[in-house]
Amino acid sequence: MKDFIIPDRDFGTPAAKSKTMVTLTIDGFEVTVPEGTSIMRAAAEIGISVPKLCATDSVDAFGSCRLCLVEIEGRNGTPASCTTPVAAGLQVHTQTDRLKKLRRGVMELYISDHPLDCLTCSANGDCQLQDMAGAVGLREVRYDAVQTHFRPKNTSGEANPLWTPKDDSNPYFTYDPAKCIVCSRCVRACEEVQGTFALTIEGRGFDSRVSFGAKTDTALTSDCVSCGACVQACPTATLQENSVIQIGTPERSVITTCAYCGVGCSFKAEMRGDEVVRMVPWKHGKANRGHSCVKGRFAWGYATHRDRILKPMIREAISDPWREVSWAEAMAFAAGRMKGIQEKYGRQAVGVITSSRCTNEEAYLVQKLARAVFLNNNTDTCARVCHSPTGYGLGQTFGTSAGTQDFDSVEETDVVMVIGANPVNAHPVFASRLTKRLRQGAKLIVIDPRRTEMVQGPHYKAAHHLALTPGTNVAIISAMAHVIVTEGLMDEGFIRERCDGEAFADYAEFISAPHHAPEAVEALTGVPSAQVRAAARLFATGGNGAIYYGLGVTEHSQGSTTVIAIANLAMLTGNIGRPGVGVNPLRGQNNVQGSCDMGSFPHELPGYRHVKHDDVRAVFERVWGVQIDAEPGLRIPNMLDAAVEGSFKGLYCQGEDILQSDPDTKHVAAGLAAMDCVIVHDLFLNETANYAHVFFPGSSFLEKDGTFTNAERRINRVRKVMAPKQGYADWEVTQMFARAMGADWGYTHPSQIMDEIALTTPSFAGVSYDKLDTLGSVQWPCDDAHPEGTPLMHVDGFVRGKGRFIRTEYVATDERTGPRFPLLLTTGRILSHYNVGAQTRRTANVVWHAEDVLEVHPHDAEVRGIRDGDWVRLASRSGETTLRAVLTDRVSPGVVYTTFHHPETQPNVITTDFSDWATNCPEYKVTAVQVSPSNGPSAWQEQYEEQARLARRIVPAAE
Amino acid sequence: MSGEALDRARIGEIVAAHQGMEGELLPVLHAVQAAFGHVPQAAVPVLAEGLGLTRAEVHGVVSFYHDFREAPAGRHVLRLCRAEACQAMGGDRLALAAQEWLGLDWHQTSADGAVTLEPVFCLGLCACAPAAQVNGRLVGRLDDEKLAALLGGVRS
Repeated sequence: MKDFIIPDRDFGTPAAKSKTMVTLTIDGFEVTVPEGTSIMRAAAEIGISVPKLCATDSVDAFGSCRLCLVEIEGRNGTPASCTTPVAAGLQVHTQTDRLKKLRRGVMELYISDHPLDCLTCSANGDCQLQDMAGAVGLREVRYDAVQTHFRPKNTSGEANPLWTPKDDSNPYFTYDPAKCIVCSRCVRACEEVQGTFALTIEGRGFDSRVSFGAKTDTALTSDCVSCGACVQACPTATLQENSVIQIGTPERSVITTCAYCGVGCSFKAEMRGDEVVRMVPWKHGKANRGHSCVKGRFAWGYATHRDRILKPMIREAISDPWREVSWAEAMAFAAGRMKGIQEKYGRQAVGVITSSRCTNEEAYLVQKLARAVFLNNNTDTCARVCHSPTGYGLGQTFGTSAGTQDFDSVEETDVVMVIGANPVNAHPVFASRLTKRLRQGAKLIVIDPRRTEMVQGPHYKAAHHLALTPGTNVAIISAMAHVIVTEGLMDEGFIRERCDGEAFADYAEFISAPHHAPEAVEALTGVPSAQVRAAARLFATGGNGAIYYGLGVTEHSQGSTTVIAIANLAMLTGNIGRPGVGVNPLRGQNNVQGSCDMGSFPHELPGYRHVKHDDVRAVFERVWGVQIDAEPGLRIPNMLDAAVEGSFKGLYCQGEDILQSDPDTKHVAAGLAAMDCVIVHDLFLNETANYAHVFFPGSSFLEKDGTFTNAERRINRVRKVMAPKQGYADWEVTQMFARAMGADWGYTHPSQIMDEIALTTPSFAGVSYDKLDTLGSVQWPCDDAHPEGTPLMHVDGFVRGKGRFIRTEYVATDERTGPRFPLLLTTGRILSHYNVGAQTRRTANVVWHAEDVLEVHPHDAEVRGIRDGDWVRLASRSGETTLRAVLTDRVSPGVVYTTFHHPETQPNVITTDFSDWATNCPEYKVTAVQVSPSNGPSAWQEQYEEQARLARRIVPAAE
Repeated sequence: MSGEALDRARIGEIVAAHQGMEGELLPVLHAVQAAFGHVPQAAVPVLAEGLGLTRAEVHGVVSFYHDFREAPAGRHVLRLCRAEACQAMGGDRLALAAQEWLGLDWHQTSADGAVTLEPVFCLGLCACAPAAQVNGRLVGRLDDEKLAALLGGVRS
């Protein structure tokens, strides 16, 4: 890591984990470190920096640069301090005449094949080669650089065959072989930290060079996923961020949190003035431990994209063009309409949607707007369409609506079960931590209809891939439980001690019934029973078993049942309450956990407490000074239904594009079109804004203070690194609107909102900005009993008391294939894009994925006369769209797959309005469809394009 | 098209024959070179997929060993040792002579495909320097006469 600004000390080699301590003496100073620590790291612990080039503490020691030599009394030679472990009583010298001479000699050799263009080099001031030349006192280079790698032409003007040009194929960084010292840090970072193995050293000796992929590859065509680990590890300008090449070195840095997925990586935003120079993963971030993915590391350019709307806009009707107005006029217009609607149609005729992308404080204010200003409970959030079943299922069985572990836990896992999730694409930094553990020997079970990137990768392969028919999750997980119970593989001690005995007896009787056997459900699930049995046995007997799951579990008509089945499985096998085990939902968006915690659901106040309870309402009524409605409000689908019926007329939608992300696009469009006042608060004119009357321009995560809560319940600080381009942070906009509606809110900083949350919500009672600044982050519950937060849940007992087993009867979805719609469509994500793509489509990430495509098995394609790359028509009972087909055996025959990152495709025109029985979470993952050849866009797509074009017209404000 | 399909099938057979062996990449590469006379670039991704490795890993190994060639060699391969002992014993002059006589630079193959000329760094014959290798057969104490005979042989 280049320690340019905040010197995040580089200890040279990773920390040793041994509990045995060893004491030695370095340069006369005594130091005590864990056994297995390198001499280099031990020296760094007492502030002595041994010169080094090939060592960095994110990767294992390599011992190739020969600069970190030391002398040890009683031992021969000059061993490398990075590869020599400490031993008791050693007397080490890091600076002797002999060492000085050796190091200078080594540096001379390095410099003899390095261009001395430091002043114009992009790493000037941030180069370890430069630093080391200074550190060892290099004053002359005796070698004449006759044959070099860095001169394009030799002295007589002939081309130098050893020189290779820069590779600038990747949009975010440049590889310049001329600057390379072949320390292998990039190759090792790619292998050890990221786990992609996209880099190698080609050739040998003087010919050695870093190579992306095979000989014919470039950085872009290789397996490289652009995570940035190699760029971060590079000590010179060889691998350099293009932003640094263009701007120069940063002058300050601010620790903040990535606004993409639910992993919640900590980053250093490295700045020059109010311009971001680069985002660098922070090595003390507890979720990411110094690693990143292409989105957080590089794809932040959307924040300053020209498409961003920077002025408030209003219009009488959605057929009118937008009119740019002042903030005051926009607020008055919006408040006037909302008040008018409430007067005419009643208190319940308006509602809000909170955003899983905004901060906790902002989500809290938006739900407070509904409850304390609109005086109803019509608040919902995008978690409705993703993880609402997680909240329900885990709440019922364990007593909390959240994952049980921290991400560090994966380092102690022996058997990992990944269900309906593809972390390699959707949670890449967690995937890197997981695959590292798999390469160390942990076993993997994948349950997914598609052969995802998770099933097999460099140096790991799933022991079992249960490629089930979409929609049969409950059947397959119940079958595993059946095997565990009937074969007596459960952890009886755990169940007796920790779980409700009566509920278990009932469940055991239920699950032992022969119709749950793998053989009985084989025809249904399409998974060979022997495989299910083997996987169940492995999970029950393989040591620490951890379950990670995603939207492939929740977005089904039986989503909540599957979450319960997963919880049952963890309890059956005793895999709860210690490191290396647990039930872990992989949250989609950066703050979906937080927006749920903040009381965004219509039936729950912050902290998952039902609005029907008088004592809970009393807490908020006292603080807010209003009477809170005791009846739960409307969920998103109910709001839309009510809008179509004419009883719901106004919506304030912050940071969510429901038109693109919610199921059955036509129904959503009809609902929005029927409203009198739709307020969209977003960075861009999103698809929903096509149906809006008021547009509040939003601020990016770089422009505000706040907190995000990630999938491990970790509350991370978001820090303002630049002023909001449109004038106000999102929480300020919501406050202005509330005040226009008549509220007397007067927050001057988000920390005051957090104080109010802590005051009212027991699980946040101990949270404050001061504490977050001191500790870096905390995992809720954080209260008097757990002042520093709770990394592991349910350690000594379940939150609800005894763990509760619940019956999980499989009920097939009503969405079935038939002669007209014989294929099953399932949906997912891709690495380079995020959610509906509003952000990532406005970055260079489009080079990896320019459009959504439909994956079709070659058999299904052949009988329909579809070739690879053809335009196809994808039709369901709800609607149809067109997109290009890709033929692949990643999907089974009978199953097709696509992503939902591009509005042109609108796959949600296809999805139906079936949803989870408990929480209304839509059934995105199963739709019966037909695929046929097509010539181009469907009538709906053309009509939609036209509507969008008209709805996006803007008339600038008269000056 | 059929040529490529044939290659893939043959590579698949080679990979299958080494299944389950530990550290199978080098034996597989030797087998590929034996079957094709070289390790074609097109084989790298196929081998990577078959062995559960990445393209970069296979490329790193192939390019490390000079004996794995990227293009087919001539019918004869003449290798002249360029290491220190052989240079000290007049290897430079012989190497130049061989290059001139054949009209080839290092690593080149004659237009008629008869011979490939390669440098090699130490054949382990320092005591009999200068040394050469012709089609795998070692030749020690090389001099003008021996070289002429070798060159005559490989030109036929």
